[in-house]
Amino acid sequence: MADRPLRIVIAKAGLDGHDRGAKVIARALRDAGMEVIYTGLFQTPEQIVQTAIQEDADGIGLSILSGAHMTLFPLVVEQLRSQDASDIVFFGGGTIPAEDARRLKELGVREIFTPGAPLQEIIDFVERECGKRRALAS
Amino acid sequence: MALREPRDRPKIIDRPAGRWARKGPGAGALDRTISDVPLKTVYGPADVAGLNLPEPGEYPYTRGIHRNGYRDRLWTMRQFAGFGTAAQTNERYHFLLEHGQHGLSVAFDMPTLMGYDSDALQARGEVGKCGVAIDSLADMEILFDGIDMGDITTSMTINGPACIALAQYVAAAEKKGISRAKLGGTIQADILKEYIAQKEWIFPPRPHMRIIVDMIAFCTREMPKWNTISISGYHIREAGSTAAQELAFTLADGFAYVEACMAAGMDVDEFAPRLSFFFNSHIDFFEEIAKFRAARRIWGKHLREKYGARNPRSWQLRFHTQTAGCSATAQQPENNIVRVAYEAMAAVLGGTQSLHTNSMDEVLALPTEKSVEIALRTQQVLAYETNVTNVVDPLGGSYFVEALTDEMERQAEAYFAQIADYGGVIEAIEAGFFQREIAEASYRYQRSIETHDRIIVGVNAFAHEEAEPIDLLKITEETERAQARAVQDVRANRDADAAARSLERLQAACRDPKDNLMPHLIDCVNAYCTEGEIVEAMAAVYGRYTERAVL
Repeated sequence: MADRPLRIVIAKAGLDGHDRGAKVIARALRDAGMEVIYTGLFQTPEQIVQTAIQEDADGIGLSILSGAHMTLFPLVVEQLRSQDASDIVFFGGGTIPAEDARRLKELGVREIFTPGAPLQEIIDFVERECGKRRALAS
Repeated sequence: MALREPRDRPKIIDRPAGRWARKGPGAGALDRTISDVPLKTVYGPADVAGLNLPEPGEYPYTRGIHRNGYRDRLWTMRQFAGFGTAAQTNERYHFLLEHGQHGLSVAFDMPTLMGYDSDALQARGEVGKCGVAIDSLADMEILFDGIDMGDITTSMTINGPACIALAQYVAAAEKKGISRAKLGGTIQADILKEYIAQKEWIFPPRPHMRIIVDMIAFCTREMPKWNTISISGYHIREAGSTAAQELAFTLADGFAYVEACMAAGMDVDEFAPRLSFFFNSHIDFFEEIAKFRAARRIWGKHLREKYGARNPRSWQLRFHTQTAGCSATAQQPENNIVRVAYEAMAAVLGGTQSLHTNSMDEVLALPTEKSVEIALRTQQVLAYETNVTNVVDPLGGSYFVEALTDEMERQAEAYFAQIADYGGVIEAIEAGFFQREIAEASYRYQRSIETHDRIIVGVNAFAHEEAEPIDLLKITEETERAQARAVQDVRANRDADAAARSLERLQAACRDPKDNLMPHLIDCVNAYCTEGEIVEAMAAVYGRYTERAVL
């Protein structure tokens, strides 16, 4: 279906330095055959969306473990809208209580993975959703 | 686990899958420690050939630094706490002290840890979330309101801006009439592990080493009861390292501080007795005990033989332990109470000097009062009911534990050699060595869970549909607005000239390596300069660190 591999930006936002999860996910997606761009730490929502657009990414995965998810996830959604890039599959993970995750999904985050989510489940999600986006675009 | 609609529930797994389904545990992942050290079915005399065990309280302290262990003195129960505003956290401290806790331990929020004031753009969404927001001396005064700072000991977990927090603590106490010489406690201040694992840095490593040396020199001179630095493996482990990596990288950092202080002309016996350590206690019971025992032995030998320390206090590694946050699961969070109990017992059998037990809900949010109480009670049951405190190093001489202790030491020494090949800790950081080693170990561990080589109860086995969510502590947006207003009030109501002059003097000291920074920092906080302003002033001289990300 796709002539080039899926390209995913894995991002860390705000002041949160917990990067174990983000790095593990980045490697798992890479091992599953995708191209992964890891932003490094302390990115602003604006920088993350810019990176995704410049890199022509199919998806953005944002990891937040500092408790700032209800501020930073909506800011990325807003940036994607204002940059006319809402088709980029935006998902995330971290220490995010179920109630907050439900609210974020209502706001437009496609999926929230919490600690303990199997890597395969995340890989399957990204392949399926980003694959759909590719199919629509072609 | 991803959230799903009710019709699409996760599959119920009622027993372990993978190799566990086919074989007994003896053939599964338990033939290796959680850090991948191969294990035999049984250990015997041949595994400890040449073992020459010292008595407890004797060099090199494998069996503990005290002859009578916990009989003379129990470990300090010290629960890490901080959230929201200084006033909210102050209330929690009063609660903990009333419930029998011995010392306080301050958790700061992310903006404070990264050197930003609560009204900074970088602070949005983060104020009061991971800990308490402390912008200026005004907040530190509120934090310790009604608490006798001369009577309790306080541990402060802060690194990048540790020198500022220490200055605020000294200033807050002296405003109450308690002299700095009377203050007991510890400040983490371990910047090397920030570059390695925790990532809460501000300045680049080389200028920051000067800040550390200044702090150690200042405390050595003026704060005789203060532990100048807490060299920490905890965060290295949380970032995904193995036990051996935690041990090796932490001790390597310790040696780097010793070398830096000696290079600045200090005598090793002047400062080494007050260096302390902070380790993680993970779920692999015996491996953790072996790690603690090996840590004491390695430190003792290096301080005596390599650095020429003559005071036995310099040879004695003292440490605080916290149970492993990364071993806790979001699924069936009550199970974490059990994990914490085992991890706490490993720390005690390993001879820890103080202990924080995690609360069951910390993987989901900041802990509630109820779960904090259970965590503290876990320590009290361990201390007063199990009777493990009566005999020193009860596992000493065990073929298995001694062999594993030797193995930990062997692996640590191999890492020291690799670090030396890079030219030292800072050079190895700059080359991304530690970051790569940890990322590799962390990925390997996650893979072992995926393949069911390792079982996590409630996650990849014995899982069930998620129950009703447990009560969680919420930090509101109002906290952020209130804290931002408070710091703006501080800036508006102080003597602006005095504040500006104190910052100028601080900058001059930053340019002069012979002028100790600490007295200037105390002047700045007394003039109510905010943390963000002080960091700006220092960054103008030192620059800011940026990391080359390593996957």
